[in-house]
Amino acid sequence: MVKGFVIKSISVMSVFIFCNLVIAENNISTQRSIELNNLLVQDCGSCHGMTMKGGLGPALTPEVLLTKPRDMITATITHGRPGTPMPPWKNILSAEEINWMVDTLYAGVKQE
Amino acid sequence: MKLKLLIVLLALPLSACNTLRGTGDLGVVIERATGSLQVVDSTQRVSLSQVNGLGDLSHASIVYSRDERFAYVFGRDGGLTKVDILKGEITKRIIQSGNSIGGAISQDGKLVSVSNYTPGGVNVFNAETLALVESIPAIYGKDNKQSKVVGLVDAPGQRFVFSLYDAGEIWIADFNHVNNNGKAAITKFKNIGKQPYDGLITPDGRYYIAGLFGEDGLAVLDLWHPEKGVKRILANYGRGGKKMPVYKMPHLEGWAMTEDYAFFPAVGRNEVLVMNRRNWKQVKKIAVHGQPVFVMARPDGRQVWVNYAYPKNDTVEVIDTESLKIIKTLKPGKAVLHMEFTPRGEQVWISARDAGKVTVYDTATFKALTTLPMAKPSGIFFTNRAHRIGL
Repeated sequence: MVKGFVIKSISVMSVFIFCNLVIAENNISTQRSIELNNLLVQDCGSCHGMTMKGGLGPALTPEVLLTKPRDMITATITHGRPGTPMPPWKNILSAEEINWMVDTLYAGVKQE
Repeated sequence: MKLKLLIVLLALPLSACNTLRGTGDLGVVIERATGSLQVVDSTQRVSLSQVNGLGDLSHASIVYSRDERFAYVFGRDGGLTKVDILKGEITKRIIQSGNSIGGAISQDGKLVSVSNYTPGGVNVFNAETLALVESIPAIYGKDNKQSKVVGLVDAPGQRFVFSLYDAGEIWIADFNHVNNNGKAAITKFKNIGKQPYDGLITPDGRYYIAGLFGEDGLAVLDLWHPEKGVKRILANYGRGGKKMPVYKMPHLEGWAMTEDYAFFPAVGRNEVLVMNRRNWKQVKKIAVHGQPVFVMARPDGRQVWVNYAYPKNDTVEVIDTESLKIIKTLKPGKAVLHMEFTPRGEQVWISARDAGKVTVYDTATFKALTTLPMAKPSGIFFTNRAHRIGL
């Protein structure tokens, strides 16, 4: 009974995760993902380095991000970080696009 | 076979290697995504060669040797590369730190210095050999923290001046006054303001000015009278009470000055500020297309050209410095990053990163004279910088 519930929960969770992935992929077109990747490498790269190894802003490589909560990274991109040059992007990028940015950072940014 | 060889032999003396030429009308364009640069000729308006293997060039800059033959390229990855622009090849390349932001060349042309984020400080090299002459760690405060260094420039008297971003300090390293340990005398100015993010030196080499991210106003050091300390000018210059987000920090280099006025990029606002040069009072705010990044005067001071931060970065506007009005709007392509005038200003070269090209404009007619394809072009640097203080 308990076992069945756990299995059921896991399968529901997997479906949920799977759906999330599908949604994420559906909402950002290939063309838009190329633009966003360019923004990440080139514009974010002006402060964080094109290889995300840091500059005036901190390094954002997958190794560094392992120790940072995902919500904090999402919040920083969305709202900026007061007291630093990091601006908020919520007026320029949608929540889905910011999510795509965070996913890409955690996975490792592809150089064009 | 023999005929072929003869043709090759005849052709040899005509090839570039035997042709004498000067470098005064040459320049380089940084191709930031591919770690390369192109050597360009502003008389023929062509690209002469491409040099590869320069590393991470996000936010790259260069200075020239005083013979205008060698370009020292400062990369983000700590790379310092000496490029022979006549031969179109790398003379020497070293990785001098983990993360760097820019550099300068000394008054006598014998020292090249680099400002570093990691580890924070300035490294000074022999310009000929790139051998390390001195390492100046930017250590500050009671806890001996190390600060990122920005706004490094050369100043008359074999000095380098720079700002410590995390410490809020300005330092002068004087290589005409070397102490018993063989190290340059360092003069430190503390509490100059919060988060200096860039610096410039006036073309006469007298005033060093640091832009402050953390508060309003600019920090100014009179290098004729360093004993008087750092003062603040333009107390209202900055983001103001309602801090607006800044999508790209305005650059102070190439600060536009005419006979009467100084033109500044407003921080986080779609404005160019016009100040009276005598009393530093604001004369006018000019409403512009976006958040300005570079505000640069044509060498004769008659026009000021402005480019903008993301997402308004496909546009360049030209301000007439007499009427203080915008007289022309140009669309050089997506992601305009830099503009460079030819030494006497008849042309301006403009890089559009995402459009993958550099466009050359006639500054009198605003006609595009030519476009040169480049891979993600950013900074453009003509060799006349070799003979200008602070560039």
